[in-house]
Amino acid sequence: MIKTYKIEVDCANCANKMEEAAQKTKGVKNAAVNFMTLKMNVEFEEGQDPQTVMRQVRKNCKRIEDDCEIYL
Amino acid sequence: MNKKQKKMLVRILIAAAMLAALHFITASGWMRFALYLIPYLIIGYDILFKAVKGVKNRQIFDENFLMSIATVGAIVLAVYEQSGDYTEAVAVMLFYQTGELFQSCAVGKSRRSISDLMDIRPDYANIECGGRLERVDPDEVETGSIIVVRPGEKVPIDGVVVEGASTLNTSALTGESLPRDIKTGDEITSGCINMTGVLKIRIMKKFGESTVSKILDLVENAGSRKSRSENFISKFARIYTPAVCAAALALALLPPLARMIFTGAAAEWSVWIYRALTFLVISCPCALVISIPLSFFAGIGGASRAGVLVKGSNYLEALSQTKIMVFDKTGTLTKGAFEVNGVHHSEMVNSELLEYAALAESASSHPISRSLRLAYGREIDSSRVSDIEEISGNGVTARVDGIEVAAGNDKLMKRLGISFIPCHSAGTIIHMAVGGEYAGHIVISDIIKPNSKAAIASLKTEGIDKIIMLTGDTEKAAVQVGNAIGIDQVYSGLLPSDKVEKVEELLKGKPEKAKLAFVGDGINDAPVLRRADIGIAMGAMGSDAAIEAADVVLMDDDPIKISKAVKISRKCMSIVYQNIIFAIGIKTICLLLGAAGFADMWLAIFADVGVMILAVLNAIRALFVKKL
Repeated sequence: MIKTYKIEVDCANCANKMEEAAQKTKGVKNAAVNFMTLKMNVEFEEGQDPQTVMRQVRKNCKRIEDDCEIYL
Repeated sequence: MNKKQKKMLVRILIAAAMLAALHFITASGWMRFALYLIPYLIIGYDILFKAVKGVKNRQIFDENFLMSIATVGAIVLAVYEQSGDYTEAVAVMLFYQTGELFQSCAVGKSRRSISDLMDIRPDYANIECGGRLERVDPDEVETGSIIVVRPGEKVPIDGVVVEGASTLNTSALTGESLPRDIKTGDEITSGCINMTGVLKIRIMKKFGESTVSKILDLVENAGSRKSRSENFISKFARIYTPAVCAAALALALLPPLARMIFTGAAAEWSVWIYRALTFLVISCPCALVISIPLSFFAGIGGASRAGVLVKGSNYLEALSQTKIMVFDKTGTLTKGAFEVNGVHHSEMVNSELLEYAALAESASSHPISRSLRLAYGREIDSSRVSDIEEISGNGVTARVDGIEVAAGNDKLMKRLGISFIPCHSAGTIIHMAVGGEYAGHIVISDIIKPNSKAAIASLKTEGIDKIIMLTGDTEKAAVQVGNAIGIDQVYSGLLPSDKVEKVEELLKGKPEKAKLAFVGDGINDAPVLRRADIGIAMGAMGSDAAIEAADVVLMDDDPIKISKAVKISRKCMSIVYQNIIFAIGIKTICLLLGAAGFADMWLAIFADVGVMILAVLNAIRALFVKKL
């Protein structure tokens, strides 16, 4: 399952870091951040609840870049 | 500017003014230190704050941390050397913040201008309700209901015109500036702008399945497929910053130690530490990281403005490396509609012969008779025709104005015992006999699109090595079309499955780096579109299957758009390479100058911010594709 989320982030490098953090989160099969459209596409592993996984993704992103936001 | 940016601007102005004022105040010792600390904290407090947070979260190599180390280091050096030169640290922070502000404004601006370009999303649909028009959300309109589109409004949902006639501006979808006439019964695509008359439209699809939604969806998600260049840059950034930091550490420690141990000279710690701090200022990879995706984003935005939808930056990259281009014939290079292409050896005026043919064939519903009637162009007066007899697989005999007329293939002529002149042209040949005498023949064939030849020529000048055409048609017809427009290689008589095989064969035979693109109309060649390195579907306005299967979608069916797409991709890629080389090059030079002691922190920050500004401005250039 792939879902798209709106994000808020200031710099392109931070967007790359968010992408990396999201990819490393458990339950995420693949993640891509588009800095230009400020969107994050997340592909979930099967049987994972997007809500729970995304909460963890958001937490991980906040850890590497304090100044970012994912609108769940 | 948004609130955040305005606040930053105010901070920059205050800090700059204070720094300028401090230049004229002669204070010394701790007093001087305290005075300079005020603008430093005004401009840099958030950076310092974030740096501490970053360290807590084990994110050591972020630019906040580096800027903090560099400026705090410079201040400590100034205190240690008692030089009182705090200006540098404040200025570095000031320029860094100015650069960040500029970047955020530039990105915001290009983000907006590209979204404006793609502003085809309809805001509302008009529904007639008790004699009054009511505005509703396009999402809420059910299929089968009737909506009203007034002049100047966007067509919100795909449908069929049930009342009214008008001209449509399709430029937002196709990049084509020529307006299109539309009348009752015509299908109409969402995203066009109604220019002249009021139209009533019966909705055929839900908004979510309409052309406009599909296109917006495609463009907005284009960024999730990243190009090799983009992946290279994010990998590079991951290595670059730690590498420069390690180099900075080495620069601070090794030369002084070497001096002490080997030459016994003074270590000059502060000189080398200063040089190391300069390194840290240059270590931010922002110029690169911002300008590459921005270039692709602008390129994809510019392309969609020209009616070329690219599904991801990887496809834009691949398109620029295309060396082999394979075309489907029918519907791509030719119109896919049969038309009268010529009248040969006619014993009478051509139009007269056509008139006889059209009248004789007037009762038939065969596509051939339809194209004859179309070429005749006037109303058929069926009272002039009598005794129509259709001979299956041969043709028609009839009496027109009392004269015996036969229209059909060579079998019919042989059957009637009339000698005929065989034709050299490819296509369907209609031999005509009037009053028992041979009267010439009419050639009906698929017509080459007006721009096909120009498109092929333009692709060749763009450096496409091999242009190949695949078709299910007979060899004669295929070779004729191929020669007429300058195709290098023609494969004819192929079934749809043969086309996939042929493309696979070509894929195997080409060098790794050369990409193969397949151009089709997307109707029955979806498997081939998927199999090729890049699938290009044309004439896709309203065809869902093509939009799904292809990587690059041309909104109208003009083949010249293919060469335009290639040109756009080339321009975008050259901008990407310029930015990569420029940014990495300048940084490397500055690092070398810094290590040798020729560059101070001032130059370093100018290099950092300046490179970024130039790279961003260069990236925006990818948006302008009109003149290509």
